[in-house]
Amino acid sequence: MTARELVLGRLRAALGTDARASVEVPRAYRRAGMRDLEQLVDRLVDYRAEVHRLAEADIADTISGILPSGATVVVPPGLPPAWLPSTVTVVVDGGLANEQIGAADAVVTAVAVAVAETGTVVLDGSPDQGRRVLSLLPDLHVCVVRADQVVAGVPEALARLSPHRPLTWISGPSATSDIELNRVEGVHGPRNLHVILLP
Amino acid sequence: MTRTFLGMPVTAPPGVGHLRGAEPFPSAARRGLADPQLRRNLGHATKTIRAKSAGVIGEVPDWQELRAAGSAIKTDVMARLPELLEQLEAKVTAAGGVVHWAADANEANRIVTDLVRATGGSRVIKVKSMATQEIGLNEALEAVGIEPVETDLAELIVQLGDDRPSHILVPAIHRNRAEIREIFLRTMPGVDSTLTDEPAALAAVARRYLRQTFLTTKVAISGANFAVADTGTLAVVESEGNGRMCLTLPETLITVMGIEKVVPTWRDLEVFLQLLPRASTGERMNPYTSMWTGVTPGDGPQAFHLVLLDNGRSAVLADEVGRQALHCIRCSACLNVCPVYERTGGHAYGSVYPGPIGAVLSPQLTGVADNSSLPYASSLCGACYDACPVKINIPELLVHLRDQAPHPRGEATAMAAAAYTMNRPRLYQAAQRAVRLSRLAGRRGRGIPPPLDGWTASRDLPDPPAQTFRDWWATR
Ligand code: SF4
Repeated sequence: MTARELVLGRLRAALGTDARASVEVPRAYRRAGMRDLEQLVDRLVDYRAEVHRLAEADIADTISGILPSGATVVVPPGLPPAWLPSTVTVVVDGGLANEQIGAADAVVTAVAVAVAETGTVVLDGSPDQGRRVLSLLPDLHVCVVRADQVVAGVPEALARLSPHRPLTWISGPSATSDIELNRVEGVHGPRNLHVILLP
Repeated sequence: MTRTFLGMPVTAPPGVGHLRGAEPFPSAARRGLADPQLRRNLGHATKTIRAKSAGVIGEVPDWQELRAAGSAIKTDVMARLPELLEQLEAKVTAAGGVVHWAADANEANRIVTDLVRATGGSRVIKVKSMATQEIGLNEALEAVGIEPVETDLAELIVQLGDDRPSHILVPAIHRNRAEIREIFLRTMPGVDSTLTDEPAALAAVARRYLRQTFLTTKVAISGANFAVADTGTLAVVESEGNGRMCLTLPETLITVMGIEKVVPTWRDLEVFLQLLPRASTGERMNPYTSMWTGVTPGDGPQAFHLVLLDNGRSAVLADEVGRQALHCIRCSACLNVCPVYERTGGHAYGSVYPGPIGAVLSPQLTGVADNSSLPYASSLCGACYDACPVKINIPELLVHLRDQAPHPRGEATAMAAAAYTMNRPRLYQAAQRAVRLSRLAGRRGRGIPPPLDGWTASRDLPDPPAQTFRDWWATR
């Protein structure tokens, strides 16, 4: 008998005649709501992300204000080149080594979805977001969110996302509550998170 | 006959892992009660988190509806556990993962150590995982010469301090910043005495210490918060980014998951991703949640193994009342509101699962005989039930298990009565006064009036804390 048969056999024996077809799940909680950009900004700021609101044409200028001149920036292959200022050195990911990514000063990505109620952005590995490691190793992450990517709550975000893509939900910079339960920003992930919110 | 026998639910085996304490709760609790620093650290931490959690729960108008949904989903999971696990297995396999089944801790440890050895690696990085602590995986890895590196800050503090975790969410909750600084100074090469005890400075030291290890280790071991049966998706909820490091950088990822962590559908995550962070760290959303389905070519580990762990869970499932302990999403809210936990600390519970949930889960996983005092480690005040995001009726479970606990009748009654009075300031104050008087009078425990006399006849009464329950209650 394999371990699989053993475990499944035990579970079936444990349930005995209680095994039921299924249980009705009451879903009386909110599953949809009004998109509220002000709320998103408020929640992002509350968790120490820096928020910039501007038009798409001004992205490059804004990024040149965030990053010192000469900074090295890694970007996913599908990121619009017009978003990047000429003041920084851009390295496009085409299979970069982890060490190269870690040595960069910053990463710029798009997002798949943003959740207003929780102040969350979600990356799904699309060409303008790239491999997971890209947004992990550099110490500063700039992500660009379009207003139509913002949803009210978690249920709508999940409905828009594909489970078959690797997903990273990000709510503020890396943090820990392990020292006396105080939230401290900056452990292993990027210590600085900038969100550029487009209309 | 044989078939029935082989299919019988079995409790977790002794001699491996961390589900059984070396001593019963009352005597283990005495140390915690006698340690004022521990009590201050715990009191401060749990008070902070209760306030944070209450704040963000107050923001959502449908908290009770979410709890009701979470509870029903978990009831459904338990009723259909075998088929959901088979579905999960099929989906993970189709997405390029390999699924292993482990009947108990020994089998899980063997599977994982064999998988690590097959990669040729001699070091693994680990994301905080209750399941791997439960089975004693680190000890099993070390026994075959593989070094496990805990990467969660609190786990690192515990590991470097040669200590034991004392809280589900914040395993080093019993350590304050000065103690953490001292541990880092003593154990981390290159850290000098200019290090301050500012939390940000301590976090920065951990970041530097682990970065190279993350980049050079080929195998990671994680737990899972959720596994979605209808898609094969695994989810890990974390704060620091060490989880992302472990789930992204290595070539091989091994996830060890208790079989009760499965949820039926992708949509069910919408309930738990709202319940867990608010109940747990008191955040609207934790900084990072990673989700992956099998293997993604060109992104992250290219070998993924999922180990499905029973280790006594089938025995818990067999008890119709007791099985709701398997609904637990390990948020630790019940610990943070428990007056007994706050005063004794997590180590007193003996198991990796401390606090109210530990008091009902550990005895069921091991069989009540092996953790027979734990169902009495409660005053039945009901705060845990109110705090639980999936509405586990812990007081009901405690009473249910007390019926099964083979305690001497007098002791059982007295422990229950003692716990009852601990939660009622007047009575407790009176009883404590009596204890102090009796100490003056001679041998400890002599002459204590009911209801405490029965208990102390066979066990020493835990030292009454310097701060009485009443003082404590007034300052919390
Ligand atoms: S029993 Fe409930 S409150 Fe306690 S850790 Fe589990 S889910 Fe959280």
